[in-house]
Amino acid sequence: MNRFDYVRPATVSEAVAAAAAPGSAYLAAGTNLIDLMKGGIVSPQRLVDVSRLPGLDRIEPLPDGGVRIGARVRNADLAHDPTVSKRFPPVAEALLSGASAQLRNAATVGGNLLQRTRCAYFYDPASACNKRQPGAGCDARGGENRLHAVLGWSESCIATHPSDFCVPLAALDAVVEIEGQAGRREVALEEFHLLPGTTPERESVLAPGELVVAVRLPGAAARFAAHARYLKLRERTSYAFAVVSAAACLHIEDGVIAEARLALGGVAAKPWRARAAEAALAGVRPNSEHFRRAAEAALAEARPSGDNAFKIELARRIAVRALALAAAGTPERLPALPASPFAPIPGGALHG
Amino acid sequence: MSLSIALTINGTQRTVELEDPRVTLLDLLRERLDLTGTKKGCDRGQCGACTVLLDGRRINSCLALAVSQDGAEVVTIEGLAQGETCHPVQAAFIAHDGFQCGFCTPGQIMSAVGLIQEGQAGDDPERVREGMSGNLCRCGAYRGITEAVLEAQRSLSQAGRKEAA
Repeated sequence: MNRFDYVRPATVSEAVAAAAAPGSAYLAAGTNLIDLMKGGIVSPQRLVDVSRLPGLDRIEPLPDGGVRIGARVRNADLAHDPTVSKRFPPVAEALLSGASAQLRNAATVGGNLLQRTRCAYFYDPASACNKRQPGAGCDARGGENRLHAVLGWSESCIATHPSDFCVPLAALDAVVEIEGQAGRREVALEEFHLLPGTTPERESVLAPGELVVAVRLPGAAARFAAHARYLKLRERTSYAFAVVSAAACLHIEDGVIAEARLALGGVAAKPWRARAAEAALAGVRPNSEHFRRAAEAALAEARPSGDNAFKIELARRIAVRALALAAAGTPERLPALPASPFAPIPGGALHG
Repeated sequence: MSLSIALTINGTQRTVELEDPRVTLLDLLRERLDLTGTKKGCDRGQCGACTVLLDGRRINSCLALAVSQDGAEVVTIEGLAQGETCHPVQAAFIAHDGFQCGFCTPGQIMSAVGLIQEGQAGDDPERVREGMSGNLCRCGAYRGITEAVLEAQRSLSQAGRKEAA
């Protein structure tokens, strides 16, 4: 790990001022940053510790029925918050399917949004990586890339965003509140992360020194609460990143889908909102034929970036299954293995 | 800025001068405070051997910078037993052979204590296995570990009921 200066500002405005110095990075729990620093993947000159900043640790109800989540709320506290798990159940399910209990007890909301890809070539300083070192090339292109992106990738970078939490956030129209030296601004979560293009080192809309202070879920997103699931395929039962995942949310009225939301994880450098699939589901009955058609629409633009063509069909099937599980109804209590694709669909066929 | 931090470790208040902010909580415990029960496995947050309770919650001490924990309360494996009497989770691990080589055991036990306090798993073996999935055991003693956690959970909830009565 490189040497660095450590500062612990007392307020958000002090933090933003401290982080304006080039080479600064914010430190919250450090569950990703310290790992990256140990590996020599990043080497900030100054850590601005935001882990105790006042006012960022609350989950507050909003007048519209939504909720405002402070950026340093811990993943576990958010997942077990009664309002969040009742009104926005796929957020809780996604959180509890991610990482381990120890990491969820430490890791924060803001840190989750800003965590880096787990591409092995990004993590290996001896490999070429345009994200780590712009212009260096991409060893993932000709390397071990079965888990890499199938949507939105470029010749420069085929990495995926690893977050589970961000997938239902994208589906539910979450908004990110950002504080910078120029004041406060808001960005839709869907627009927060950037696709790689020719600048894969730029991963979000944050300008240097800007700080995520909160994430808001709008009250309108609670209309999906009765039919909303997160589903995640992993290469082992638990404690693994998604191969592919899906957040599926249905608002069903009189047996017809009035409105649908679908977002995919593990497929791109950002949580992937599948608006074409949502359009295909609006006004139709929730059945397997319509789910399959929606999944086709969601992956219509997908193409393999390496040995990962299988992920395209896998993503379709996870989307279909997530929609079927959502249609069957949000369970009263999350299953023992949150987001597991191996649980049977209540009242449905084993294979969706 | 001074890098002097105050921690309560296993009930004892300690003030530690850090020469360098790079020190993790894990290295502070092991190298500075001689609390070597907490193990360094992967040192990257993947194995759980370094699990301790920080302000009552289980975390990976290898990914926590010590300087950032100023004012916190830490419980390590050394803080569980009451004199010669094992903590119920320690006793259950012995009774159920919840280990073989023992390297991951302090982390497993601290994680189990945290899991039971979180109260999410109950008596469901599948929830216990999921709740313990952040602790790897290369010897594969998972069956005994699961049984030990379930028994410790039962004995602690019985003790809790007696206390309440």
